[in-house]
Amino acid sequence: MTAKVTFNSDRCKGCELCTTVCPKHIVAIDQTVINRKGYHPAHVTDITQCIACASCAKICPDSIITVEKF
Amino acid sequence: MAIVYEKSKGLTDVELHYCPGCNHGIIHKLVAESLVELGLLDDAIGVCPVGCSVFAYKYFNCDMQEAAHGRAPAVATGIKRTHPHQAVFTYQGDGDLASIGAAEIVHAAMRGEKFTTIFVNNAIYGMTGGQMAPTTLIGQKATTCQTGRTKEQAGMPIRMAEMLSTLDGCVYAERVCVTDIANINKAKKAIKKAFQKQMNGEGFTFIEVLSTCPTNWGMTPLKAVDWLKDNMIPYYPLGVIKEVAPENAEVK
Repeated sequence: MTAKVTFNSDRCKGCELCTTVCPKHIVAIDQTVINRKGYHPAHVTDITQCIACASCAKICPDSIITVEKF
Repeated sequence: MAIVYEKSKGLTDVELHYCPGCNHGIIHKLVAESLVELGLLDDAIGVCPVGCSVFAYKYFNCDMQEAAHGRAPAVATGIKRTHPHQAVFTYQGDGDLASIGAAEIVHAAMRGEKFTTIFVNNAIYGMTGGQMAPTTLIGQKATTCQTGRTKEQAGMPIRMAEMLSTLDGCVYAERVCVTDIANINKAKKAIKKAFQKQMNGEGFTFIEVLSTCPTNWGMTPLKAVDWLKDNMIPYYPLGVIKEVAPENAEVK
């Protein structure tokens, strides 16, 4: 199964809630990027491990995450 | 390609103004998803409070009405009585519902008004800068109780769900939280059930959602989640507080 996780990074507020619920621990804050709002946005570190459970998207208060699977 | 999860159609594309980690966004989402899944979005009318969620009318993709501080249940009463076949809900915080609007919510529940109230309890006044709310816990610090709330001065925090459940007009009261996926799923189930009971004409339905306020609690969003679990849940127990079976509810 291939999964695709899309972050609307400009709207991310870097709250890190998504990083706590990922069963594969592959959602993390990207310290190398600063977005339009001035926060470090979340990203997926290793998409090959993603199981498309959408836990990160469900807890995201700003609904910026879209999860698709092929 | 199949979409597993995307932003609910029950929400507009407006960016939320809430602080990072605030649970309001998650609760908005659950209400919006519930309305979409029940096919009620086009028929829904929400009533916004005063407080952090004062701009909720910009975020929900249904008809919305702004009410004066604490008066959302009174406004919702009028809307529901003139539009009895539409789904009506109020979305209120603890400063709005449990403090200045305490009379309105008690009397709406007493009359058994057939709308749903989503009560977001974060144990503090958020928008005005972190003052003590009726729901602030004993020992919890706020700008108006800088050494922590004391029982002697301010009494014990109010448990709204338990209080309203003593009224016959209230047919369903449940307390949930949104700290993790299991609890988010439970919260959504509770909100859907409340809307279903409302549409069956059973009576007043009340969902209390425990929420974090990282900014005014002075914590990171992740620490705030832990604080909620360690301090709020023991005082505000989760679960169904009251549920009247449909056959025993007075359906008019």
